[in-house]
Amino acid sequence: MPLSAPLRVGFDYTRSLGPVLGHFMTELRARRVVGVRGSDGRVHVPPVEYDPVTAAPLSEFVEVAAEGTVVTWSWMPKPLAGQPFDRPFAWAMVRLDGADTPLLHAVDVADPSAMSIGMRVRIRWAADPIGGITDIACFEPATNPLPTTYPQFAEPSTTPTRPSPQPAGADRLARGRPPGEGGGRAGDVTMVTTPIHLDVVHSVSPEESKYLRALAHGKLLGQRCPKCHKVYIPPRGACPVDGVPTTDEVELPDVGTVTTFCVVNVPFLGQRIKPPYVAAYVLLDGADIAFLHLVLGCAADEVRMGMRVRAVWKPAEDWGTTLENIDHFAPTGEPDAPYETYEGHL
Amino acid sequence: MAVVGFAQAPHVRATEGTTNGVEMLVPVFAELFAETGLTKEDIGFWCSGSSDYLAARAFSFIAAVDAIGAYPPINESHVEMDGAWALYEAWLKIRTGEVDTALVYGFGKSSAGDLRRTLALQLDPYTVAPLWPDSVSIAAMQARLGIDAGLWSERAMAEVAARAHGGDAVDLLGEPYIADPLRRHDCAPITDGASAVILASGERARELRERPAWITGIEHRIDSGSLGARDLTTSPSTAASARAADVDGVEAAELHAPFTHQEILLRQAIGLGDDVSVNPSGGPLTGNPMFAAGLSRIGEAARLLFDGLHGRVLAHATSGPALQQNLVCVMEAR
Repeated sequence: MPLSAPLRVGFDYTRSLGPVLGHFMTELRARRVVGVRGSDGRVHVPPVEYDPVTAAPLSEFVEVAAEGTVVTWSWMPKPLAGQPFDRPFAWAMVRLDGADTPLLHAVDVADPSAMSIGMRVRIRWAADPIGGITDIACFEPATNPLPTTYPQFAEPSTTPTRPSPQPAGADRLARGRPPGEGGGRAGDVTMVTTPIHLDVVHSVSPEESKYLRALAHGKLLGQRCPKCHKVYIPPRGACPVDGVPTTDEVELPDVGTVTTFCVVNVPFLGQRIKPPYVAAYVLLDGADIAFLHLVLGCAADEVRMGMRVRAVWKPAEDWGTTLENIDHFAPTGEPDAPYETYEGHL
Repeated sequence: MAVVGFAQAPHVRATEGTTNGVEMLVPVFAELFAETGLTKEDIGFWCSGSSDYLAARAFSFIAAVDAIGAYPPINESHVEMDGAWALYEAWLKIRTGEVDTALVYGFGKSSAGDLRRTLALQLDPYTVAPLWPDSVSIAAMQARLGIDAGLWSERAMAEVAARAHGGDAVDLLGEPYIADPLRRHDCAPITDGASAVILASGERARELRERPAWITGIEHRIDSGSLGARDLTTSPSTAASARAADVDGVEAAELHAPFTHQEILLRQAIGLGDDVSVNPSGGPLTGNPMFAAGLSRIGEAARLLFDGLHGRVLAHATSGPALQQNLVCVMEAR
């Protein structure tokens, strides 16, 4: 079985909104919904920047109601991460009164039998609107009793800017963040921040799995391409020259030659070593491809092309299925390798 | 210009391979070369379709190029779309006269992540994606619109599934909903896979295959990114592509419909009669590898011509939520 490991990739996407979506989000923060009138007179909610048919830029805003009609719906029995609820709910497209196009959002009902095309629903506002689509927490049947109070809110021009809170329940979604600056009136919403996270399980190829398992035993295992006979470490699912998997196993020594290198002087997020330090391509003796590692154990300005280096391993009890078992490479003190021995690997 | 070769990896729920597709692509390329007698040196242009979001790593398509054996350097391109659109680029490349052969491939390992969530990221990033509406739920809302409009029914949808999988439509209707009004049989399975097609221009095509699948029309169109602005009960972009590609007289159609109601919708949008055989391969309901399934429709339709089963066929590919973007390719034997 190939090795595999979970990975969560994530990024907080920060997007500027422009005049159309910016106005929409600013109004949402004030618990109002605006659409935009299209070339054909249709009122689009959410507003679109350009007409979907004529592509003309649109700018005539129209305020619409917070109540509307379900155009279509589906039932979500097992909500996925990030969705408006973690209990079953309905997705719906809702045409707000005064709008001609429907808006996609969640409807908070306990059971699909409560849903129907044509049913009347109204917006349930988030307790703490900040200028994002999630200021609409969800829709609810219009027959529900009206909430007695919503928290007080101010007009956009006087709404204080504050950081995005960490909401709970229906509010646990990505939230817009009012910016400190931007176009429009002071205090208008001009940016929206959407955290995106994906969970994946990455597998490595069968060839790489053998290499990683060997590393856990302190061995450096390459493989030879059956066609061009080059030795690759790590071995590969396909030789990049011949397009066939590498096969014959070759155990390589932990000694090699620096082919090329750079001195890292710039600090960056997640950096583990204080600059300046050297990242170098190391060509192990017997290998036909160099890999990137650290060269420490001497001053950065002493590292040179052709320098002979040996792996400095972490204590064996810390080894895992990773090249990080080698903490770094250090100079062996041998004479430098002649240029001809590595010129084909630059 | 013609399709002269087609191969695809087995459709499986989860491969053990990497998200780079290399392990799936190496045997697919080998099969194509064996089938056509070509070698990698004979290929004038390579074009692939895949997605870094699906692979959950940057430049995954660069790693996939290892499967080609790209040394000396090759003439290569990539689209972050289904391989069917890579084929469109290759078709243009051959039309420039710069090359006379192209190998097009698509691959995707959907099982690495949660496909329903990943596909939410193709939605409007301002007003829709922050709610994470998943692909199945959006398709379900589209299905209900058509049911309500009398364009199809849950029964008709079950009949599409029964034809793809075998089984009885009435029995299928007894199954529970997974996203009311969709049942499991209405949804294409999550599939890992890869497929590849070789294109060749006139003379070259005749040398390579006794019955090439000559492309007589290939067109693609897109509908608005605003879901609410679209009429989801039909597919204007499919209809426009079909008109432009001239689908008259097709005897069989491979339709890239990941949901049963979408097969019915597409038949209606293209105007296919009851005499047209739809998805004789089984279609996406029996295997839907992301970024390869559309290209596979072209390959499967071409195969009907290779094998002499039909004289004129249609292939369709889709991308985006609820059939937003669509490509129609018409091929015939001569």
